[in-house]
Amino acid sequence: MRPWGAPHTQSQNSGPGMKHRTFFWFFLPTALAMLIFIAAPIVSVVLQSLFVPHEAVLVETENCGPFGCTTSVVIDQEATEDLRAEQPLGRFAGLEIYLDRGHLATAEVANAWTSSSSIGEFMSAIGDLPFYRAMSFTLTYTFVVTPLLIALGFVIALAVNSLSQRIKGLMIFFSLLPMIVNPLVGSLILFWMIDSRGVIGELIQYLAGDPSLSLKASTPLMWIAVIVYGVWHSAPFAFVVFYAGLQTVPQDTLESARIDGATRWQQTRYVVIPHLMPLVTFVALIQLMDNFRVFEPIVGFNASAHATSLSWIIYNDLGGETNQLSAAATTSVLTIIGVAILLSPVLVRTWRDYRGKA
Amino acid sequence: MLMKKTLLAGALSLMAGSAYAECGIESGRISIIGNEFPAIQTVGAGALECASDKVEAKSNLTADHQKLNVAGMSGNPAEYTTAIIANSSIVALMNGDLIRPLDDLVAKHGDGLTKNQLITIDGKVMAVAFMANAQHLVYRKDILEKVGAEPPKTYEDMIAIADKIRKEGIMENPVGGAYAAGWNLAQEFNNMFLGYGGEFFKPGTAEPNVNSEAGIKALETMKALSEYMNPDFLTHDSNATNAEYRAGNVALMNMWGSRAATLTSAEGVPQEVIDGFAIAGPMTVGGGNTPASTLWWDGWTVAKNISDEDAEATFIAMKKAIDPAILQDPEVAIQAVWLLEGYKPTEAAKGVYDAAGMKTIPYPTFPYMGLMHTALGNELTDFMQGKESAEQALKDVEAAYTAAAKEKGFL
Repeated sequence: MRPWGAPHTQSQNSGPGMKHRTFFWFFLPTALAMLIFIAAPIVSVVLQSLFVPHEAVLVETENCGPFGCTTSVVIDQEATEDLRAEQPLGRFAGLEIYLDRGHLATAEVANAWTSSSSIGEFMSAIGDLPFYRAMSFTLTYTFVVTPLLIALGFVIALAVNSLSQRIKGLMIFFSLLPMIVNPLVGSLILFWMIDSRGVIGELIQYLAGDPSLSLKASTPLMWIAVIVYGVWHSAPFAFVVFYAGLQTVPQDTLESARIDGATRWQQTRYVVIPHLMPLVTFVALIQLMDNFRVFEPIVGFNASAHATSLSWIIYNDLGGETNQLSAAATTSVLTIIGVAILLSPVLVRTWRDYRGKA
Repeated sequence: MLMKKTLLAGALSLMAGSAYAECGIESGRISIIGNEFPAIQTVGAGALECASDKVEAKSNLTADHQKLNVAGMSGNPAEYTTAIIANSSIVALMNGDLIRPLDDLVAKHGDGLTKNQLITIDGKVMAVAFMANAQHLVYRKDILEKVGAEPPKTYEDMIAIADKIRKEGIMENPVGGAYAAGWNLAQEFNNMFLGYGGEFFKPGTAEPNVNSEAGIKALETMKALSEYMNPDFLTHDSNATNAEYRAGNVALMNMWGSRAATLTSAEGVPQEVIDGFAIAGPMTVGGGNTPASTLWWDGWTVAKNISDEDAEATFIAMKKAIDPAILQDPEVAIQAVWLLEGYKPTEAAKGVYDAAGMKTIPYPTFPYMGLMHTALGNELTDFMQGKESAEQALKDVEAAYTAAAKEKGFL
C-alpha cells in the first residue's frame, strides 16, 4: 500500500539478515559516489564562501590603441601571484560575504528598520535588496506553482486514465510534451508569444481593450506569466507519477464503493486520493526543491527587471566580466539552507512515520 | 566516372594544398570565442579557412561570449586559443592574467599590421584591433521629412521629433533603444552619463562616483526617451531593437555601427524602411560638447595557457583573417569601420567616423569597470519602471558596486 514502506521493511530485514561485511561492500560504491558528487562539492562551496580574493595590487599604466594613449590602471599580475602563493585560498572573510548587501544585508536591514516610519516603508526598503527581492519571487513562485501543478497533474491523470485504450498512448505523449521541451526553449517560445506584438500579447490587448497593454512591462503580469509557464512545464511530471499510481488503485475497494452507491466524485475523494497521498508527498518534495531553484524562465523571459531568484543571482555573479566566485558560493550555500528549511516539514514527517513503525 | 573522381580528388587536394600554403601553419589548434555581429562573423570564417589535416580550427561566435571567455581561457590548456574582444571585455581577461603579450609574434609574423592596430598596455602588445565601433544615430529620413525635421544633433531634439511623430499619428513609439535589463541598459546609462560629463570613479581611486548630478540627469533623460519606446523596452537588446526598426516601428534610435550598416539587408524588410534608412553621428545631451556615446575597438587576443605552437598557429590564422585583402569584397567593406590598411570609409561608416571626430570618450578600461557596469545593469530597472527615484537607484548602484568591489579586493 505505501511505497515509502518498502525500503524500510527491506532495511529492517537486511539489518540482522545481511552480514555487516556484505552490507559494507554492497553500500561502498554508493557511499563513494555520494562523497564525491554530493559531499565534496558542498564542502568546496562552503569553503569558497568563507574566503575572498586577495586585495588587488593596482599599477598605473599607459594604454595605447587606435584612439591614442590614456593613463589607466591594471592589476599587477606578479605581485598578485606572490600573494596567491602565500595564501592560496585568498583572504579569510568569515561570514562577511553572507552579511554584505548582496546577501543577507544585515546592516542595510537594520538601517531600514530604524529609519522607516511604517511597515510598508520597511518592506519596500527590504525589497530593494537583491537577496530579499529574489526570495520574494522565489517563494511566491514555489508556493503557487507547486500546488497548482499537483492539482493540474492529477486532473490530467484522471482524464487520461478514463480514456479508451486506443487514444490513451497518443494523449500520454501529448501530455508529456511540455516536459520534453527544453525549459529554456519552452520559455523563449512563450516569451515571443506574450510579446506586445505576439499572438497571446495581442489577444490580451484585444480582450482588455487596451492596445498599449504590455505583459512584459508590468511586474505582476510578468510574475503571472512565469508562474503559468512553471505550471505548464512541471505538470507532466506530476501527471506521469499520478497516472502510474492510478494503475495500482485496488479495484475491489472501488467496486465495493460503487456497490455502496458512491458517486464518481466520492470514489475519487475517498478511494483514489487517499491511495495516491504518498505519491503527492513525493511529487511535492521533488517540485518544492525544483521550483525553489527556478532559473530558466527568468533568463528565457528576459524577466530579470521584474523577477529574480537565487539561481539567477548565482548565474549573474558568475558572468565573465564580474566573476564573483565568493558571492556565487555564498548564494549557493544560502540556496542549500533554503531547500533544507523548505523540505524540513516533509522530512520530519517521514522520520516520524519511520520511528512509528520501528 | 573513375576519371571524374580522380580529377575531383586531385582538385580537392590542390585546394587543401593551397590553403595550407596560404596560411603557412604547420600544425596547431585554433579555437575562437567572440561576439556574433557581421564583421566578427567575417573574421571568424577567415581564420577557419586555415583548417587542414594538421590544423584543428573551430569557432564559437555568440552574444554570450563575455560569459564564456574567461571560464574558457582559465583552464590549462585553455579551451579557446583566442578571444575576439573589445576595449571593455579585454579587462576581464587582463584581470585574470589569461592572455599573452604578443610582441614576439608581432615581430615574427606581424608584417602589415599598423601601429594603430596594436593595443599596448604597459608597453606590451596585448591585442590586435581590426575595427572601430561606436553607438550613433540611425533614423528614417522619410519619416523625418514627413514631420519636417532635420536629423537630431542632441537627445533633446530627438525627444521633440519623437513627440511630433507620435502627435501626427505616424508611429506610436518612434524611439528605439536597446534598454534590456543588464548589460544593454547599463551601456545606455554610460553613454548618457559621459554625455553629461560624469566620471564613474573618484579620481585615482576605485570609489564609485555615479550618484551625482550627471547621473541623475542621465537617468531623467533615459526616462524621458523611454516614454517614446515600445513598452517592452526593458526586454529589448540590440537585436530586438533592430527587429523593431526593420519592422518599420521605429524612426529614431541609438545603434551600434557594427550592426547598423547591414541593418536593412535582412529578408522581408519593407521597401520604405530600406529606402528611408539613414545614419548620422552620435548625439550630445544637456548642451554638452562630448557625444553621449563611447568609442570602441574590437580586436583579438591570444590565450596565455596554451602551447607556443598553438599560439603561433592562432596568431597566423587570426592575422590572415584580417588581411586588408578582405576589403575587396564590398559586402565585407561595409560591415565595419575597419582599422586595416587601405580601408576607405563607406557611407555606412559615417556614424562611427563622426563619433571619433567629435572626440567621443573611449569606454573606460579600469579593472573594476565591469563590476560597475553589472551593478548599473541590475539596479537601474526599478527607476526605469517608475518604482523608485533616480537618487535611490544611483544609491543602490553604488552600494551594489561597493559590495562587489570589496569582495574582489578593489576597495
